[in-house]
Amino acid sequence: MSSLSVTVWRGGSDGRFQDYSVPRRDAQTVLDVVTYIQRRLDPTLAYRFACRVGMCGSCAMTVNGKPRWTCRTHVAEVASGDRIEIAPLAHLPIVRDLVTDMRTFFDKWARAKGQFTPTASRREGFERVEPESRPRRAVDAAIECIGCGVCYAACDVVEWKPDYLGPAALNRAWTLVNDVRDGARTERLAAVAGDAGCHACHTLGACTERCPKHLSPTASIAGLKRETAIAMLRGRL
Amino acid sequence: MTSRGEVRLWLLQRASAAVLAICVAVHLVTIIVAMRQGLTAAAILGRTHGSIGWAGFYGIFVLAVAVHAPIGVRAIAQEWLACRGRATDAVFVLFGIVLLALGGLAVAAVIR
Repeated sequence: MSSLSVTVWRGGSDGRFQDYSVPRRDAQTVLDVVTYIQRRLDPTLAYRFACRVGMCGSCAMTVNGKPRWTCRTHVAEVASGDRIEIAPLAHLPIVRDLVTDMRTFFDKWARAKGQFTPTASRREGFERVEPESRPRRAVDAAIECIGCGVCYAACDVVEWKPDYLGPAALNRAWTLVNDVRDGARTERLAAVAGDAGCHACHTLGACTERCPKHLSPTASIAGLKRETAIAMLRGRL
Repeated sequence: MTSRGEVRLWLLQRASAAVLAICVAVHLVTIIVAMRQGLTAAAILGRTHGSIGWAGFYGIFVLAVAVHAPIGVRAIAQEWLACRGRATDAVFVLFGIVLLALGGLAVAAVIR
């Protein structure tokens, strides 16, 4: 059986890469590789995963320099020869080994007012939202985000400007801006406008290229720029 | 700066970029045509002197540059040098005024 030469980040931000040799198997995912190392070679290796099927978004890591879900990435897709390098997600503090502290990432969702603000109570009927209406289609295009942090790790603007809200938080805000049931549109547009918000985006498109759900945060951010401009011209910002 | 102010700057930069796209194209075509016809500097100035059309065109060009460039450089300074705040904004307002003044002098020299 052939083997795979795996280089894995160990320690905190001042850590270093360590080499391991892992047996190569058919249909092997990068998460399989990390799990093999922890179960068979080094039980002290810290990493994070839950569902293993691309639903939970907790196993994202940097694989050969690019952020990816490790559970849905086959070794055959990314291995350079028989070598693979696995590191924690970029732009987030490292807790240990392959585990990052996601607090900043999710705090930014809160700063972007990523919480739904209801305008009706449970005693009122369901809001009727036409599936083909423009706002509903805009929501559909962006709603499947599972918060894995891949787009955030891929974004160069996050690296240059650490207080930038980032693609995922802005994408979430965009779904709520288009939610006709939501009551905090103006406050949300004010929260996402400005040099730490949607206007910091240079439309580089790395988030859209890397999103494992094939969403386009780039388009969502462009939508926010448009809506904030309209709100400003109408005196609502 | 407030969210409203940032959005206003973004809109101004987009609008000035649209103006510049046209102005730069006209400017380049003008240069190419003038060069291909073998016009001397004196011949070109002879045509532009007293021309309200060229004065208006290059006046708008300079105005768009004076709006567009400081906003863009401000964004770069924020990202690369972490320069923010009112003092930094004042520097870029000054930069815009300098561009406007220098551009205005150049336009005056060509038209007068």
